[in-house]
Amino acid sequence: MATQAPEKSVKLIPEATILFAGDSGDGMQLTGSQFTLAAAYARNDLATLPDFPAEIRAPAGTTYGVSGFQLRFGSVDVRTPGDDVDLLVAMNPAALKVNLARVHAHSAIIVNTDAFERRNLDLAGYTSNPLEDGSLEDRHVIPVKLTQLTRDALKDTGLGHKEIDRSKNMFALGLALWLYSRPMEPALEWLGNKFAKRPEVRDANTQVLKKGYHYGETTEQFIVRYDVAEAQMPPGRYRAIRGAQAMAMGLVAAGQKSGLTIFYGTYPITPASDLLHELSRLKNFGVMTFQAEDEIAAIGSALGASFGGHLGITGTSGPGLALKSETLGLAVMTELPLVVVNMQRGGPSTGLPTKTEQSDLLQSLFGRNGEAPLPVLAASTPGDCFETAFEACRVALTYMTPVVLLGDGYLGNGSEPWLIPSLDSLPDIDVTFADASHEANAEEGFLPYLRDQKTLARPWARPGTKGLEHRLGGLEKQDKTGNVSYDPENHELMTRLRAEKVERVADIIPKTVVHGDESGDVLVVGWGSTRGAIEAAVVEARKTGKRVGSINLRFLNPLPSDLGEVLSRFEHLIVPEINDGQLVMVLRSRFLLPFKSVTKMQGQPFKSSEIVSAIENASS
Amino acid sequence: MSRKDFESDQDVRWCPGCGDYAILATVQRLMPELGVDREKIVFISGIGCSSRFPYYMNTYGFHSIHGRAPALATGLKASCPDLDVWIVTGDGDALSIGGNHVIHLMRRNVNVQMLLFNNQIYGLTKGQYSPTSELGKVTKSTPYGSLDHPFNPAALALGADATFVARTMDRDPKHMKVILKRAHAHRGAAFAEIYQNCNIFNDGAFFTYTEKESKPENTVFVQHGKPLVFDGGRKGLRLSGFSVEVVDLTNGQWSASDCVVHDETSRDLASVLARVFFKPGFPQPFGVFYAEQRPTYDDEIQKQMELVMDQRGTGDMAALLNAGDTWNIN
Repeated sequence: MATQAPEKSVKLIPEATILFAGDSGDGMQLTGSQFTLAAAYARNDLATLPDFPAEIRAPAGTTYGVSGFQLRFGSVDVRTPGDDVDLLVAMNPAALKVNLARVHAHSAIIVNTDAFERRNLDLAGYTSNPLEDGSLEDRHVIPVKLTQLTRDALKDTGLGHKEIDRSKNMFALGLALWLYSRPMEPALEWLGNKFAKRPEVRDANTQVLKKGYHYGETTEQFIVRYDVAEAQMPPGRYRAIRGAQAMAMGLVAAGQKSGLTIFYGTYPITPASDLLHELSRLKNFGVMTFQAEDEIAAIGSALGASFGGHLGITGTSGPGLALKSETLGLAVMTELPLVVVNMQRGGPSTGLPTKTEQSDLLQSLFGRNGEAPLPVLAASTPGDCFETAFEACRVALTYMTPVVLLGDGYLGNGSEPWLIPSLDSLPDIDVTFADASHEANAEEGFLPYLRDQKTLARPWARPGTKGLEHRLGGLEKQDKTGNVSYDPENHELMTRLRAEKVERVADIIPKTVVHGDESGDVLVVGWGSTRGAIEAAVVEARKTGKRVGSINLRFLNPLPSDLGEVLSRFEHLIVPEINDGQLVMVLRSRFLLPFKSVTKMQGQPFKSSEIVSAIENASS
Repeated sequence: MSRKDFESDQDVRWCPGCGDYAILATVQRLMPELGVDREKIVFISGIGCSSRFPYYMNTYGFHSIHGRAPALATGLKASCPDLDVWIVTGDGDALSIGGNHVIHLMRRNVNVQMLLFNNQIYGLTKGQYSPTSELGKVTKSTPYGSLDHPFNPAALALGADATFVARTMDRDPKHMKVILKRAHAHRGAAFAEIYQNCNIFNDGAFFTYTEKESKPENTVFVQHGKPLVFDGGRKGLRLSGFSVEVVDLTNGQWSASDCVVHDETSRDLASVLARVFFKPGFPQPFGVFYAEQRPTYDDEIQKQMELVMDQRGTGDMAALLNAGDTWNIN
């Protein structure tokens, strides 16, 4: 990097939170992810929160078209993308308006002053220019003519106005990188690859990026520049990982460890489509992907592949899970392995497609006709998507059961530094298909519902296996033979057996790990992507002398067998969820303890300060 | 192998006199002739009377959920291309609740056989009209007559670019067997509609075409390369504009050589024939309307897997995990 001796004082800070915000077409997601790479490159710990509208290109300048990318990076343990931002980069008035509440007093706002003209102010609903009317007095506003400076930089390139203006996000990126002393290399390398075939665009963007960087050095507007030291993280090899990528690799790893081909049948839906995009590139890992005609065909095709002896997987989001519920019931009845990934989003109905929520827990646990229990797992961080996805597959294959694997939009799109696992560190998944030796087990021939004593799993007999011809279906099965049976006693027996099988999954759930104090005043019980905010809050709350711990439930069904014992060690129990209190309903009915529910339904993850308040309220 | 080897140990539970028995018997008789190992054969069905079919076949079978058999079959066939996959469905299962999957199965050309038992009625739910019931049909759910225009299954399949479209009937097992054998020999999605009598809720729906007295005059059995004549050679179908007309071959004005010669490879002719559909004064066509060779989805998906494998080599998990920018912390 062409760093000159800094002329300005450099202040070492432990962490910072930046929010890039602009129009949907301003390239803010790209800017944010490039800054993320730079921070990762500088070995900071980090967490990100991409936040974009459901419309692809909402009208320019409007508040509903604002796209933002927030990230927090630091030399300290970073578990959330930050409650408030230290720097907001606002590409237009709408971006300022939408995000101003997140900018606390004395924080900085870089504004593209070129965009603060009448029309844009009107579109954002400003009656007066906030840059001039004194309303931003307590914030540190840094006006930059981003558009003009970009145009000046590229005036001799021969590129069109549109193309030139499109690269102004690189100016913002360059400036932000300078301000926090993050390296330009990752962005330069990315531009080189991205525009390898269009060198003029590559060069223009590179030029603007550097221009932004050097602007910081030369302008008088900045008195101080920041630096953030490397984070102390466990030794090993790291990369920045997004949840969707980790999830895809976790599924692929399960295919590798089980020796099975993965069949991923799916229908595009936000925010689960990324999983299809990732997996469809991995055919040489034995991953077959199928874009079905609808959600029902997607899960049907996956179940068909499972029947054929493959690892059938389907991915969706809330509304899609609703459509898949009948086939999930069929998978419960036919006792075939199947993994349904549900990247949750705000609901009900179409709800908030690009916003996050944990409101499909009860749907996953109970959203089927009849008594149709199945294991439900939830991933807790972008990196954890890998391990949880692997675990979901292992459960499905070991117990011959459909499994719902919950993620959410925040996890799927969010990223963090990830200690790269090795395949050797993962447990083997032993898959043994039934063969002719099974036939000899029974006098009347093959018994497709003769169960394993330990797991209660039934044998998996692939079509094509001689002598094991059998018929599966959604009608109630006779115990052992699998023949159609309407016998009352048999139905009760089979209902209990199916439930018992799922309960036995608890045998492979590891001991519950308590973060913070092992016993004491308050236990925060969370699941899924609230983990970061909860653990950060526990760290905060313990500073006040309270004895506080937290657990994150990867298994929502069955619950860990030691959960009751863990709960008993604390005086107060609180359950924060990004829904109206779904896990808490399950816990209350199971343990009959006075759990306090903490809920948020804003399409946004918890701030850790919100959990800190909840902890304080619980014990006061 | 004989017919017996394909009979499962389960009691057949269709109503006595149901047309399904004849279809089951024909399929069980056909199986040994196909030269396919029994364990490679899979029957997949949805929901309805016809969809109980897999339970009675001593092969692999999957009685799935309403309308979704094509989805399961697609996943199974794509991932296990060496299996011989048959879909058994009915007019409600395939054309009402499962209509979407049927058209996509056809356009993708998944190499399976779809046997659509059409009895123009809902049997298992006890007698409501179906999407193939004639307009104005009086049933339990339509005491004043049904209002919806019925589907023309052959035209629908052709509209979905099916590569094999045929029609046969329960009461002509010989013809049925020929058609099903052809369907099986076809590489691609084979759509075979079978007129099937529901003697409980819609008895005699197709008697005009199936009974000795009325059959000759009201049916035309199409065969590739043969002129379209019927009624024992007394009548024929002659092209007239974009349609066909019935001509009398007995009065000396027309002869068989004036009639349309059936060409299975002609999508246009198939469409014309499919449109001769319960048309007053016209015979109902039976036989193979259309057969076309087109790459199958299961072949293509397998090929693409192999191609990527060849180009990129077997996936290296460690390389995948370590891809992109990485850094070490000591």
